[in-house]
Amino acid sequence: MRIKCPYCGERDVSEFTYLGAADPKRPDPAAPDAESAFFEYAYIRDNPAGPMAELWYHGGGCRSWLRVVRDTRNHEIESVAPARPEGGRR
Amino acid sequence: MTPRDVPEREPFRLASGGVIDRTRSLNFTFDGKAYAGHPGDTLASALLANGERLVGRSFKYHRPRGIFSAGAEEPNALVEVRNAARREPNTRATMVELYEGLEAASQNRWPSLKFDVQSINGLMSPFFGAGFYYKTFMWPRKFWKLVYEPLIRRSAGLGRAATEPDPDHYEKAFAHCDLLVIGSGPAGLMAALTAGRAGARVILAEEDFMLGGRLLSERLAIDGKPAWDWLRAVLTELRGLDNVTLMPRTTVFGVYDGGTYGAVQRVADHVPVPPGHQPRQRSWRIVAKRSVLASGAIERGIAFSGNDLPGVMLGSAVRSYLNRFAVVPGARAVMFTTSDDGWTTARDLAACGIAVAAVVDPRKEGIETKGAGPWPIFAGAVVKEARGGRQLKSVIVRDERGVETEIGCDLLAVSNGWNPTLHLTCHLGGKPAWQEALAAFVPGSVPKAMAVAGAAAGHLTLPEALEDGARLGAEAAGDLGFAASVPAMPPAGGEESASATPLWWVHGGRAAAFVDLQNDVTTKDIELARLEGYGASEHVKRYTTLGMGTDQGKTANVTALGVLSELTGAPIPALGTTGFRPPYTPVTWGALAGHHRGKNFRPKRLPPSHAWAEENGAVFADAGLWLRAQWYERPGETLQQSIAREAAVVRRSVGVCDVSTLGKIDIQGPDAATLLDRVYVNKFSTLKVGRARYGLMLREDGFAMDDGTTARLGEQHFVMTTTTANAGKVMQHLEFCRQVLWPELDVRLVSVSDHWAQYALAGPRSRDVLAKLVDAPFDISNEGFPRMGAGELTICGGVPARLFRVSFSGEMAYEIAVPARYGDAAIRALMQAGAEFDITPYGTEALNVLRIEKGHVSGAEITGHATARDLGLAGMVAADKDCIGKVLAQRPALLDPARPIVVGAKPVDPAQSLTAGSHFIPIGAEAITTNDEGYLTSVAFSPVLGQDIGIGFLVRGRERIGERIRAVDLLRGHDVECVVASPVFYDAEGMRTHG
Amino acid sequence: MRYSAFALLKNGLAGNRGWTLAWRKAEPKPAYDAIIVGGGHGLATAYYLAKEHGVTNVAVLEKSYLGSGNIGRNTTIIRSNYLLPGNTAFYERSMKLWEGLSQELNFNTMVSQRGILNVFHSDPQRNAYARRGNAMRLAGVDAELLNRDQVRDYLPFADFDNARFPIRGALMQPRGGTVRHDAVVWGYARAADERGVDIIENCEVTGFRIEGGRVKGVETTRGYIGAPKVGLAVAGSTSRVGALAGLRLPIEAHVIQAFVTEGIKPLIDHVVTFGAGHFYVSQSDKGGLVFGGDIDGYNSYAQRGNLPVVEDVTEGGLALFPSLARLRVLRTWAGLLDMSMDGSPIFDKTDIAGLYLNCGWCYGGFKATPASGEAFAHLIAKDEPSDLIVPYRLDRYRRGAVLDEKGMGAQTSLH
Repeated sequence: MRIKCPYCGERDVSEFTYLGAADPKRPDPAAPDAESAFFEYAYIRDNPAGPMAELWYHGGGCRSWLRVVRDTRNHEIESVAPARPEGGRR
Repeated sequence: MTPRDVPEREPFRLASGGVIDRTRSLNFTFDGKAYAGHPGDTLASALLANGERLVGRSFKYHRPRGIFSAGAEEPNALVEVRNAARREPNTRATMVELYEGLEAASQNRWPSLKFDVQSINGLMSPFFGAGFYYKTFMWPRKFWKLVYEPLIRRSAGLGRAATEPDPDHYEKAFAHCDLLVIGSGPAGLMAALTAGRAGARVILAEEDFMLGGRLLSERLAIDGKPAWDWLRAVLTELRGLDNVTLMPRTTVFGVYDGGTYGAVQRVADHVPVPPGHQPRQRSWRIVAKRSVLASGAIERGIAFSGNDLPGVMLGSAVRSYLNRFAVVPGARAVMFTTSDDGWTTARDLAACGIAVAAVVDPRKEGIETKGAGPWPIFAGAVVKEARGGRQLKSVIVRDERGVETEIGCDLLAVSNGWNPTLHLTCHLGGKPAWQEALAAFVPGSVPKAMAVAGAAAGHLTLPEALEDGARLGAEAAGDLGFAASVPAMPPAGGEESASATPLWWVHGGRAAAFVDLQNDVTTKDIELARLEGYGASEHVKRYTTLGMGTDQGKTANVTALGVLSELTGAPIPALGTTGFRPPYTPVTWGALAGHHRGKNFRPKRLPPSHAWAEENGAVFADAGLWLRAQWYERPGETLQQSIAREAAVVRRSVGVCDVSTLGKIDIQGPDAATLLDRVYVNKFSTLKVGRARYGLMLREDGFAMDDGTTARLGEQHFVMTTTTANAGKVMQHLEFCRQVLWPELDVRLVSVSDHWAQYALAGPRSRDVLAKLVDAPFDISNEGFPRMGAGELTICGGVPARLFRVSFSGEMAYEIAVPARYGDAAIRALMQAGAEFDITPYGTEALNVLRIEKGHVSGAEITGHATARDLGLAGMVAADKDCIGKVLAQRPALLDPARPIVVGAKPVDPAQSLTAGSHFIPIGAEAITTNDEGYLTSVAFSPVLGQDIGIGFLVRGRERIGERIRAVDLLRGHDVECVVASPVFYDAEGMRTHG
Repeated sequence: MRYSAFALLKNGLAGNRGWTLAWRKAEPKPAYDAIIVGGGHGLATAYYLAKEHGVTNVAVLEKSYLGSGNIGRNTTIIRSNYLLPGNTAFYERSMKLWEGLSQELNFNTMVSQRGILNVFHSDPQRNAYARRGNAMRLAGVDAELLNRDQVRDYLPFADFDNARFPIRGALMQPRGGTVRHDAVVWGYARAADERGVDIIENCEVTGFRIEGGRVKGVETTRGYIGAPKVGLAVAGSTSRVGALAGLRLPIEAHVIQAFVTEGIKPLIDHVVTFGAGHFYVSQSDKGGLVFGGDIDGYNSYAQRGNLPVVEDVTEGGLALFPSLARLRVLRTWAGLLDMSMDGSPIFDKTDIAGLYLNCGWCYGGFKATPASGEAFAHLIAKDEPSDLIVPYRLDRYRRGAVLDEKGMGAQTSLH
């Protein structure tokens, strides 16, 4: 597998570390249902068979966290972008 | 080997022809007997040239076996090549390039190849059918372990592995190209040529040591000339193209995601020993934008009685031996063919002066005229049986009326159509498709960016191969932006149609009809499997072991489906096929691992004081990749005495320890303090500039992840230390927090672990030592630089440094950091400055003693199973802020007061010792799980207390200080009565750190 | 038909024509008392449902051929050398069942208790293994702590003299070993079939019929099949199949690769794991060294892996056994794992009455087969978990009672 890092170019997957699904957002710790929301956030997974947005860390390169959309059925990568949203600090 | 052992010349070598170098001879031995061949020979061709046809014994029945093929598909001719530490079992003789001094031996026979005692197994075959072992060996029950199992396990395997470390080296390499062409037959050559001419970067990989594929083995014509002439011209042109890399002896074994191909190059397998500085093999990860698979096709045999005898050979192999190697694989031949292609073999045999005793063709229509030649034709007939002992002697031909004729022969060539070599198309999940016209599986869905050319695509003729290659090579280059054009095709031909009317199985005959030659799977086994309901193709494979040999059933799988189809009446495609997985052919383990073995398995990281520590008798221990001084040996001391001495000097005077291996992260920016507040359970925004604080960080699930001290060097500047083990993990975590969780924070991180050499200077005289090095006007007085102080300064007349007054040992202590390039000088300067105070270097053992005496948790406790509460650090968690892990740490089971919590323990009898990994069992209770109340994680002999002490986790431990409990170690037979204690065994008030 | 040496003899003399189907090729009936989805643990479940609970009107649905899932793709190791009490007890129960399984099923499953050695390379590792070994002994499980010289006796070809991470000793479970995986499939299938269970191959579940919070049956590629109780035992596909019933689970699908070398004469007599990298190995009865290592580490349903792990695992192997460098790797393959968020399995009822879960096996599924079947049968028959699987209930994540052997937290790729 090869991932096209937006900063470094296309690199072998061995330069990257996987974390998991990119979409779950860390809940508000002050919300009344925080414990339940954090439980969902930490433990429950959609685990789709198909395109999945996921987080990869380019530890063997620029140390960027990347949002990679990859099909879990065939490992084909649709897109790679910095995980940091637009407008975030570089 | 002495020259007189070498026979004069090879009796079965043709006087002319072939692509061998007759000007040179190569000596080799097989089972200790000396022979000679030529450069260009394989071991198989050289053995045949010398008249050796019995080469091995089969796995189960130990039947005599010869050479069946001339390529990678060989199921029978497996030998051990080389010896001692270089012994390679199960090597296909057909793939071994002959070299001077080659030593080969037959395998799976005793006492000799010609006379093998275990061939008696064949007589038992009615009882040794498929899966017989699942039905017996169950009673008497204890016989299984004592008798049956050892017996079964002893009969495992064919060849013998080496038992000494391999003296050769292996390499890994990366390559990138526009087009990877796999296979150098006519299709592959044309693809490489077309794309290469257009300027694309092309790699042409060929598993053989010669380029040319089947062109080497056939008497074909291209452009009105012998195909060999054309081949030479094409290779000359390709060699002249800078953008084309030719890689013979290179097998592309696997297709992986993202256009990555695994290949192994046999750099030095064709010489006795790899030349200096050369690896034996090199494994490649080839990244290709496009690939053309031109891997050809493998001919099929037919299952009939005795079809495994030495002398029964694929027709294509016969042609290879005749035409490429100039070897006569027999003196009197019979051709058994279901395809016009077989006639070509008969003609080539006749052209070489070999008597063709018969051509047997089950087809009828027009065979008599079309297949005519100087041989009797048996149309509509089959070979019912091959006969012989250790070698083929005759065949029984049965015609359509059932009349049988015995024909004497020592070679039976079999042609039954071709199976495209489509393995690589399946590696990413592609499924082959059945093509009825060809009666074969052809590539179905193929990997993205791969195209299949020539015989591999089921296009078996030479013109098709050339045309495919040219077209697909041009397409690949065109797709990538190169101006490529398909050249005019040279007229080519001289071959018969290779399409077959396949015949899978001839019934009758005395001996078994083999489907999988290597694993001795017969048609009877497949019948039995079906009878018992194991008729699905995968079940047949698993039940009978069909296709599980070293050849992976390359000549067996489709034939088995044919047999199964005949048994069930279901068409082959309905039976399904098993997919192929990497590797295409077996790949040397060493090549996959490359240099990463022995001492080079993983890199060594050495702290800046390493050289100095070596000079001073340090014994090193691995801490992850780091080598850390474990203790410093002194003559006459035991290990325990060394450790005790080092620890005692720290308590009494001053010691120094290299702590450079700790992770160090520089954190800067307006939001640096905010980030730390969210990462650590305790607050860092309140930390004053010039001060350090111990911090604990959790994972989001509420369990402790890491700890360390972090110092504030400026309003917007912190430097964090992590444990040695977690340096990378914490860095990744902080980047995650900064980039993913809270991108709005304005903060930057840099790992500076390798930039700073850092020494712990611990003990009552530590300040005295330091005072001698610190440049004025930096004030290190107790008031000027109090406990938990942090600052930047210079030492030794201008060397920049960072100083932290932190203590792991419980003594007044400092950690001083200097740029790594000064690390060696710094340890020497510290030792010199401390000489008058009896300064002593201490290693990780003494460090451990000191921290256990102080009850500081470390990696042995922060294992990922403990929360802040379990570690006795609940009080550190700031109530007025969130941090990672805080919410989930509040889950009910984690707040259960019965969860084990960190305590100390020491034997009631100070003479008794403790072992880490012991479990806590109440006094008088049985040592069983239900009475298990915790465990000891860290133990040490405490010099100040004069006895062993330990820390561990105990249920309700903090309420039980002073109680008695047993530390039970059933593994090592210890059962020690202990007193539960505070984990802080020494200086509970912490006065000594204040200085 | 009863299997025995006598049966072999008798049938052998009669031309082997008298053998009968190992299990019937059952057609789905319209309804059953219970349906088990998955022809791995599901076979064992059906067997124990029939044997222990008298529930014989049972169908096992397998989407492909029997044994096509993880039960036929693993590296065949059995062991009960776990640290945490819940796991130790459960896997030890499984070990006990393995020990009599061939006789129980009248099918030789080739249970080979050749011993498993977990080699260690440092003091902290030894301490951790000592803790684990003692936990095993407290649970009545066999365990021994070997020193370096003892390990050398067991593994003469391991690297004792030139290793980057020298061997310091090993934790050994003498009763650990291997079992022939296909035989487990076929043995349970045959024994369950004998007790009346329908084993239905090539039957993929495509939906659930749920009414009023109760399961009524399953839609399949071979039509609708009704049952008041449906058990899911489809590790590797649990999220996909569970989603058809609206379940969201603490599971990620990951891929793990396995490897086998060409067959060689007996060389490695035990199951061995390397402590300084990801590698474990045993030798099969055909002579191949069967080995594996870490998971590839990313979500996948592709049933195939990539080269970085191939290299990592082969490196670990040669670091432990440098003489294996000239052997050839014959075949690599991959299986899909239900990686649960704490690395331990899950058994539970669901919010849908009559729908039961057996999942999250990570890479511990094969060795669990007998105990898993036994416990799942109990759960389905009694509608409540047996003591052995109480720790495996789903709510443990919410409560914080995780069973995290490796202490890696809620990140599956690290378990």
